[in-house]
Amino acid sequence: MSARVLVGVKRVIDYAVKIRVKPDRTGVVTDGVKHSMNPFCEIAVEEAVKLKEKKLVKEVVAVSCGPQQVQETIRTALAMGADRGIHVEVSGKDYETLGPLQVSKILAALAKKEQADLIILGKQAIDDDCNQTGQMTAALLDWPQGTFASEVNIEADKLKVVREIDGGLETIKINLPAVVTADLRLNTPRYATLPNIMKAKKKKIANVKPADLGVDVSSRLEVLKVDEPPQRQAGVKVETVHDLVGKLKEAGRI
Amino acid sequence: VTDLTAVDRALIQHRCVHSRGLGASPGNPGAAPPRLPFSRVTQEDLAFFRTLLPGRTITDPDLLKSSNVDWLKTVEGNSEVLLRPKTTEEVSQILRYCNERNLAVCPQGGNTGLVGGSVPVFDEIILSTSLMKQVITFDNISGILTCQAGCVLENLSNYLEERDFIMPLDLGAKGSCHIGGNVSTNAGGLRLLRYGSLRGTVLGLEVVLADGRILNCLATLRKDNTGYDLKQLFIGSEGTLGVITAVSILCPRKPKAVNVAFLGCSSFQQLLETFQCCRGMLGEILSAFEFLDASCMSLLEKHLKLTNPITESPFYIVIETAGSNATHDEEKLHKFLEEVMTSSLVTDGTVATEATKIKALWSLRERVTEALTHEGYTYKYDISLPVEKIYDLVQDMRGHLGDMAKNVVGYGHVGDGNLHLNITSPSKDPALLAAIEPYVYEWTSKWKGSISAEHGLGLKKRNYIYYSKPSEAVALMGSIKAMLDPKGILNPYKTLPDNIH
Repeated sequence: MSARVLVGVKRVIDYAVKIRVKPDRTGVVTDGVKHSMNPFCEIAVEEAVKLKEKKLVKEVVAVSCGPQQVQETIRTALAMGADRGIHVEVSGKDYETLGPLQVSKILAALAKKEQADLIILGKQAIDDDCNQTGQMTAALLDWPQGTFASEVNIEADKLKVVREIDGGLETIKINLPAVVTADLRLNTPRYATLPNIMKAKKKKIANVKPADLGVDVSSRLEVLKVDEPPQRQAGVKVETVHDLVGKLKEAGRI
Repeated sequence: VTDLTAVDRALIQHRCVHSRGLGASPGNPGAAPPRLPFSRVTQEDLAFFRTLLPGRTITDPDLLKSSNVDWLKTVEGNSEVLLRPKTTEEVSQILRYCNERNLAVCPQGGNTGLVGGSVPVFDEIILSTSLMKQVITFDNISGILTCQAGCVLENLSNYLEERDFIMPLDLGAKGSCHIGGNVSTNAGGLRLLRYGSLRGTVLGLEVVLADGRILNCLATLRKDNTGYDLKQLFIGSEGTLGVITAVSILCPRKPKAVNVAFLGCSSFQQLLETFQCCRGMLGEILSAFEFLDASCMSLLEKHLKLTNPITESPFYIVIETAGSNATHDEEKLHKFLEEVMTSSLVTDGTVATEATKIKALWSLRERVTEALTHEGYTYKYDISLPVEKIYDLVQDMRGHLGDMAKNVVGYGHVGDGNLHLNITSPSKDPALLAAIEPYVYEWTSKWKGSISAEHGLGLKKRNYIYYSKPSEAVALMGSIKAMLDPKGILNPYKTLPDNIH
């Protein structure tokens, strides 16, 4: 099969880091904070590499939008088995306001330029929890979409996707080209092993600007403020049932 | 009479010397001795404790159960009283009273010790530090932390990490162990390679002596050469010379960049060469060098469903680097990894820079102890040896025990020359124990190693002390014990051999 898969990978604050709100409440602190590939994007890369290993697709291209640092994220995808990378350069204020609409426009443009047959994305990013990019990209390309995928199979020239939905599991069959977004149970991402990390250093990452793709990255959204969730009040421990009843009465609960 | 070689004569000499520690049970030196003539707890005693510690004098057998058994579930005492003081003053009053009444006391922190030192043997009163968990001060210029002995290590780590510092020690038991217990056992752990032992990082201690006197040596000074350094006596004394109530400790800055590499080696010799290469190329950024063998990996996979991130190998290494500059550290690390891969010292590996992945790789080393508990009964040996001999002991034991043992595994702080040798059988097996001991101790002694690198002696190994210390040294330890605790009420039956009296 000569299929080419485009995988979007997003650089986000690492899942294990304690998030802190900036003192001016315009966002969260990102300086000097550990970043890594969005966990759902890892699952997307793993799925694409698996398809390549099964010889169902020919080439896996990893894409990321952002400043210089996102190249690390692309390298991780390359170390997992992607063939080459595309770094869409977005920095400064543009990067701060970059959201699903602009990214999906970029991905749609790249899909056309690279003649991709399949786009696999994570279902959502753990920083904004938007869960919109996959759906918007499919709409812009007028491609079918298989979102929240927990299983993906290529059957002839169609895609069979098992989706995780509120009621259980839904199986759909969609035409290629298509957009798939990866849910947690799709696979377990592999560790990038040293021989592959070494090989990845030699793989190519092309640089592209949004303007080259005809995409305007200005945002139509304005973040008004960012706050921490309200602090949980400490509970009170009482010694006896009598005390408990007393406290409940005091609080007007009984 | 057959001609004895020099080696035979040395071994006979060993056996004579070492049997002196055997005390009451020559067949089983680790077993409990007979109860010493301490007083038994009376209603008046309970009334005193209840007045001193209202609501914190526990006598309910259900609540006492978990404090009477060690983490490995291999030793159990019959204490009927658990005390939970909140202040040093309360500890002082408890000990003064117990000393007068000749009541034995077992100090207890997180109860994570592995040599039966943290639980009563008979009816000793358990003195728990669980309510002494206040941080007293932290100076973020000097990095000196002063806190009560009952602070849980992980909580201290979290406290410090918010302030850009870390604890100088880290061990698998961090979620439960108390700093007081760490100090009184001179715990080693995963970071010793980089930050040294507690003997260097502890700057001061507050200790309550057996008769209730409070010894306040809580200095927070890096340098203080005024008289004998008393705190060194209490560090590692396993609660037998005094009860530590507060600690001041020097904490390093939190590294900005931490990387973990998980590597596979096909032989122990290559593992050692990797270590040398590592020391040379990573130098000052190396913060941990641990190993585990293939048997450990299969137990992790079998019982804890952890995945091996690389191809199956006879040996696995966990390397951690910690430094102040991510780019600098990654460059050094990648150069090192390239070197060991191209020279085939290492057959496969993976690297992690993100916190979640780092935790996952570390758990492959930290959870081996847990995986072993699922195999039945574990016989644990914590041995210090010349580093090139470490795995010889594991292989020798495998050959020596044959089918008697279900698993013989080796893992540990290879960077510090410290092996954790573990042998399992489906249930306690006296015949297996007899085959292991004293063979393992004689083997260790032959290579001038330590029979307890970091776990201490506790109950289980107290009578083996002569394998690693000369009799004059042990005799002097006895004199110090007699001076500081003439009635012997502090953690009796532990640390020193039975025949010390």
